[in-house]
Amino acid sequence: MSYQNPPTTPRKSATFDDYTLSEIRRAAQTGIYDIRGGGAKRKVPHFDDLLFLGASMSRYPLEGYREKCSTAVTLGTRFAKKPIELKIPITIAGMSFGSLSANAKEALGRGATLAGTSTTTGDGGMTPEERGQSEKLVYQYLPSRYGMNPDDLRKADAIEVVVGQGAKPGGGGMLLGQKISDRVAEMRTLPKGIDQRSACRHPDWTGPDDLEIKILELREITDWEKPIYIKVGGARPYYDVALAVKAGADVVVVDGMQGGTAATQEVFIEHVGQPTLACIRPAVQALQDLGMHRKVQLIVSGGIRNGADAAKALALGADAVSIGTAALVALGDNDPDLEAEYAKLNTTAGAYDDWHEGRDPAGITTQDAELAKRLDPVRAGRRLANYLKVMTLELQTIARAAGHNHVHNLEPEDLCALTIEAAAMARVPLSGTSWIPGQGNL
Amino acid sequence: MRSIDLEKTSLRELNSSLHQLKDGTNETEWEVLNPRGQHSVAVGVDAPITVTIRGSVGYYCAGMNKHATIVVHGSAGPGTAENMMSGKVVVKGDASQYAGATGRGGLLLIEGNASSRCGISMKGIDIVVKGNIGHMSAFMAQSGHLVVLGDAGDALGDSIYEAKLFVRGKVKSLGADCIEKEMRPEHHEALSALLEKAGVTDVKTSEFKRYGSARKLYTFNIDNADAY
Repeated sequence: MSYQNPPTTPRKSATFDDYTLSEIRRAAQTGIYDIRGGGAKRKVPHFDDLLFLGASMSRYPLEGYREKCSTAVTLGTRFAKKPIELKIPITIAGMSFGSLSANAKEALGRGATLAGTSTTTGDGGMTPEERGQSEKLVYQYLPSRYGMNPDDLRKADAIEVVVGQGAKPGGGGMLLGQKISDRVAEMRTLPKGIDQRSACRHPDWTGPDDLEIKILELREITDWEKPIYIKVGGARPYYDVALAVKAGADVVVVDGMQGGTAATQEVFIEHVGQPTLACIRPAVQALQDLGMHRKVQLIVSGGIRNGADAAKALALGADAVSIGTAALVALGDNDPDLEAEYAKLNTTAGAYDDWHEGRDPAGITTQDAELAKRLDPVRAGRRLANYLKVMTLELQTIARAAGHNHVHNLEPEDLCALTIEAAAMARVPLSGTSWIPGQGNL
Repeated sequence: MRSIDLEKTSLRELNSSLHQLKDGTNETEWEVLNPRGQHSVAVGVDAPITVTIRGSVGYYCAGMNKHATIVVHGSAGPGTAENMMSGKVVVKGDASQYAGATGRGGLLLIEGNASSRCGISMKGIDIVVKGNIGHMSAFMAQSGHLVVLGDAGDALGDSIYEAKLFVRGKVKSLGADCIEKEMRPEHHEALSALLEKAGVTDVKTSEFKRYGSARKLYTFNIDNADAY
């Protein structure tokens, strides 16, 4: 009889999984933290964990294609003389020229305009391509103030004061040397080719009391015409939104941890901030407690992918949603047709996130002139418009099924949750029960 | 001269009147009375006019100024001349923190002292301070000149890019990646021109030391991690 060890299946650690091991080796070899683009990739409770109940005996539905279901939204009704009127409650989030090519920015403007919505600048100033092709353009006011000037401020349709973003609440922008081309360097007043690390705090105000004064200045400079948004990352949404209202915002943007970034540390993206789903109800609660729900509009972003996600965010109390990553995918980012080129970059379509390296084969997250030429802004803009229109149809389909003639009539009572976590975060009952965890109504 | 009394006229009316002025206007002389620390006085002006403010102002006076000469006969609160594009802003008294923040052009002259973070993130503006400046001044300063006739506080020029700093007095400490640099003939020349522009005639350029970026933190290098 043999006493050889009986064969067992090799078992890998759940704690030290392949990704973790590879990251330890990478860190040991390079001596630098991993930087990448995009938002949190870990699985977190999300809109997929919610379901709409639909109409039945207790509510009756509207006819698809026949009965009207409005999607229009007006943003900035609190103080601005010229609020933004959009045909759809889905906007394009801020993404910089610098992180994106000029063609990509133009395509975003074209797509948004065709679909009747707004697009947003980013941490790099306003380009003529973008302004020219964007009927409604939101100008971001960021800690770095790259490219900031009063002429562009006055050309904007709204101003978004960026306090934080979901991918990195508490972090500043990052654009590595590979993407600091002559044009980007000039717009940002930086030496060409350096690693640019934007500030994480604004240079001339600290805290909500100062911000109120800063907003007064922006309103005075623009003669009180422009809606002023305040964008916060999903950190402490109840207090952040309440303070944004106190500081004088017309619109508050809350960006959860699935919201993307052009580049930052992986550890930041995955370990700081809260899931989008967890941010909405506290944000809405803050507005309600102040009597400002629907008076100060709420835009939710971070992982919005389709009309169902938009419908769920609206049902939980948002006035609009914003998309970034999904918009890039609509333009052509991570397209499987480019698989051979992704393979050369040691990645695969769907996983490519080294946007900071500027070698994007889709020509979107690059400043390389040859790569950038690959993106036809007219065609890509059309793709984005198609996608936005599909999202809107999906949103309307759900709203009609729930019996609403305006998407803003969607409400938490239209929803149930598939998991206890999602039920607690969204404050809707667990499916098949009347239980909302954390609400004390067991 | 057009005189606006902020005790009788609202800030909105003042700024709105100033914004209506265009290049070539014959209303080139303005006076603002009783500012009493109000914020955002004469912000976003875009015309070659002179605005004389009789008294002290609050935050962001002369913010984003273009072309205008704005003189504060008093002290100024935080963020004076923030993001100035061109023109000239003079503070006869002291200026609070963030003076000239992110300024892109023009001259900011502070005849008294400036507080912390003077010239933070400056992007081309020239700032001359006759007195002292506070800590973290010229933080992340990208371009332009900061001239200080007095002393500088802690962490001068932290994370500085290509701005040039000239300090006549003592520097309490330098920030990350900021070093003292040689005063070459071209720097004496540039400093002399700045002093002349600011109307400072009683000091010599040889009394100043120059500070700027060591450029060691321009690209990531793990061996520099302890510098942050």
